[in-house]
Amino acid sequence: MTLLEVQDLHARHGLLQAVRGVSFTVSQGETVALVGANGAGKSTMLRTLAGAHPASAGSVRFDDVDITGVPAHRRVALGIALVPEGRKLFADLTVEENLLVAGRRAKPGPWTVETVVAAFPMLKPLRNKKASQLSGGEQQATSIGRALMTNPRLLMVDEVSLGLAPIAVDAVYESLTSLIKSGSTVVLVEQDLRRAMSVADRVICILEGKIVLEAATASVSRELITEAYFGLRAQGST
Amino acid sequence: MTTVRGGPIGSSSGWLVRRSTRASAVASVVSLVLVVALFLVPEVMGANAVQQLTSLFTFLILAIMWNALAGYGGMVSVGQQAFIGFGAYSVIFLTQHGVTPYLAVVIAAFASAALAAIESLLVLPLRGGQFAVGTWVVAEVLALLVTLDHSMGGGSGISLHGLNRYSITDRRDYTYWLSLAFMVLLLGSVFLLLRRRTGAALQAIRDDEEAAASVGVRVRPLRFLLFVLAGFGCGAAGALILANTSFIQPTSIFGVQYTAYMIFMVLVGGLGTFEGPIIGAIVFFVIQYNFADEGAWYLIGLGVVAMGFALFLPRGLWSLLTDRLHFQLLPVGYRLTRPEKLPVIANEGGGVVSEHG
Amino acid sequence: MSWVNAVVQGLLLGGLYALFACGLSLMFGVMRIINLAHGDIAVLGAFLVWEVSFTYHVSPFIALLPVLPIMAAFGYVLQRSVLARSLRGGPLIPLLTTFGLSIVIQNGLLQAYSPDVRSLGAKAGTISTKSWVINSRLAVPYIGLLVLVLAVVVLGGLQLTLRRTPFGREMRATALDPDTAALVGIPAWSVYAKATAIALATATLAGAFLAIRSTFQPSSGPTQLIFAFEAVVIGGLGSLWGTLGGGIVLGIAQTIGANIDPRYSILAGHLVFLAVLASPRGRILASRSTAR
Repeated sequence: MTLLEVQDLHARHGLLQAVRGVSFTVSQGETVALVGANGAGKSTMLRTLAGAHPASAGSVRFDDVDITGVPAHRRVALGIALVPEGRKLFADLTVEENLLVAGRRAKPGPWTVETVVAAFPMLKPLRNKKASQLSGGEQQATSIGRALMTNPRLLMVDEVSLGLAPIAVDAVYESLTSLIKSGSTVVLVEQDLRRAMSVADRVICILEGKIVLEAATASVSRELITEAYFGLRAQGST
Repeated sequence: MTTVRGGPIGSSSGWLVRRSTRASAVASVVSLVLVVALFLVPEVMGANAVQQLTSLFTFLILAIMWNALAGYGGMVSVGQQAFIGFGAYSVIFLTQHGVTPYLAVVIAAFASAALAAIESLLVLPLRGGQFAVGTWVVAEVLALLVTLDHSMGGGSGISLHGLNRYSITDRRDYTYWLSLAFMVLLLGSVFLLLRRRTGAALQAIRDDEEAAASVGVRVRPLRFLLFVLAGFGCGAAGALILANTSFIQPTSIFGVQYTAYMIFMVLVGGLGTFEGPIIGAIVFFVIQYNFADEGAWYLIGLGVVAMGFALFLPRGLWSLLTDRLHFQLLPVGYRLTRPEKLPVIANEGGGVVSEHG
Repeated sequence: MSWVNAVVQGLLLGGLYALFACGLSLMFGVMRIINLAHGDIAVLGAFLVWEVSFTYHVSPFIALLPVLPIMAAFGYVLQRSVLARSLRGGPLIPLLTTFGLSIVIQNGLLQAYSPDVRSLGAKAGTISTKSWVINSRLAVPYIGLLVLVLAVVVLGGLQLTLRRTPFGREMRATALDPDTAALVGIPAWSVYAKATAIALATATLAGAFLAIRSTFQPSSGPTQLIFAFEAVVIGGLGSLWGTLGGGIVLGIAQTIGANIDPRYSILAGHLVFLAVLASPRGRILASRSTAR
């Protein structure tokens, strides 16, 4: 069942066209990896899908409802959550407060402070620590946990492993994998191709704001994706 | 107008960098003619016109100075009245000690600049609201100090007696010419500031101070320069206001309503533009001329208009013109042109924006 | 007046300044808006209390009961209609909008009421005149004490709300990062509107008690605004309890100045403020507030 439908989406970043006519769908329970070079438009696209950034053209449909003009905080209520690039935790709030503040207006669902901490065990001793005092990996875990507190139907994670030590990334992916196994719908942006392909059902490669490759991870090789990543392929989206 | 290969900024695609356009060339000539004409006004026009124009020039000076601070320097000062009052009271002080009044006006302007240099030590490290209130408090302190000083007339005010030696006509004309001279001087200073490298530097500071500093823009000296210039200009304005009215009181000459007027003029005309404060001052002058007698309603109207502009036309009246016609009157920016194509839009103060951005 | 008495009076005066300042501090802390109309809004509140008090023949304390919600509602509407729009234009526009608002309110009051100085002290009854006389040189006015206690209660209440309640958390989150707050479902516009409502309610309290404690007139706004600002800056931007401290320091500076010579009181306050600005502490606070 199609959860998210993006049609011909355009978005600008200042004077630059960051997203140029992107169309794709995400089905319930799927995990889609967005790959592409820095500046390709992935973050802008995720932010536009989350409502934090205005679309200049095109449409976004969630659960078969047009949400193109809906502001970000209302999309959260509809079930879309974004873990933003750079974590963006509320620095002066504790881990627990970061979680609570996201959960305040959440729909009823499986995620509470307790279940989030259970899913990210590294957070257990950190509940009363200020977010600004956490390490990168701990912040990423908190940020994902915070998004989960809104009980989303679609979770988008921007740059999962950016700036994290490999061990930290391992820990984050461990939790992410169990999340994915439980049937959540996830769209993640990941620079590390190996990791992306290890968790995703589908891969979408973006170059200069356009989709240059879209395929099931099982049916495509890393070489192919790498070529698309660098623009060596002439193919457009399937 | 040939295409230059490998031009000034290593342009290999035939772009030219020019400082002026036909429009700005025409405007420059017109401005010069206008200035000459203005100098001749007292010879050809009546007393009322001379007095009104003097008033207008004072407003212009204030608008230009506040715009220089806030529009170019990003410094929102709510305390320029400190210099207005200081300039006026300096003239009082100097004439009390035997200096001829009009020379005293000039000295007062420089004294205000010195005051600004001193005040800058306190306020320039501040930003935003603290800067605003800091400057305001300094103005209040000066007003209180004057109120406590009986030799300056204290709270009840004081008159400028030194002007009695001139006939009424002469007084009016000399005040007019001095106002005109200061206005031209200050407009010219701001123009030069914008046209040279400092113009681009100022825009850079305004947009992103840290980034500007990181590419070698010397932030502190530039802000200092602007603050001192504004002190000079507002001091001159204050001295001229005294020359025009002959009587001042601390509460009014140091009053925050001057800031209100400056904000109004700059906002209505166009913050951060060269032409904006000129338009704003003219608009304000016209409104004042027609409505100042209405008392509180006049001020309410001013406040509502100011709010309206802040909400609906924050870039001011001049932006209406530039948005539609794509030109600047005076050659302060840089323009990138391609001989074969239409010129692209240049930014005020030195930035360049492509038309197809 | 003895020095001890001067200090005590300054302490009590500080309570009033803190009451004025907390709304200013709140709006700046949450929205980065410096409300230049804050003082005038307080005076507007005082005039509303005046109206209710004289029209319905009740004490100003009773009159506050309907006026507070009215002013809170005004704050809510003000934020939704005018201030929210101003925020989008960058940091300069809210300064200009609130400045315009200040002029409108001040002169509107001037039109509606005369410029005469007036007081609600008489209407408030004996509490505004009685003092607790400790000895021949020290007397603590009841009203001053009441205001100080009220300031502590209000500041404490605000602090508690911010630290412990879900709404307070939302306010803190939105203050830190409104963009990300939206991404976790917090509607910034709602938080801002409520914060403004609270700020205006505290301003009204301050204005009413100024009117009871001493005198007021349509043009009292800017003076109170400066004092409120000085209290906030002396105490440190972003700290509610600091605002109380700042108010007290300012109050004491003024009363000690007055003790030397009545004409020096306000000047003394300004000089202390400027000294704080110039001090290293002032610089640190200045840079911290812009670091966000």
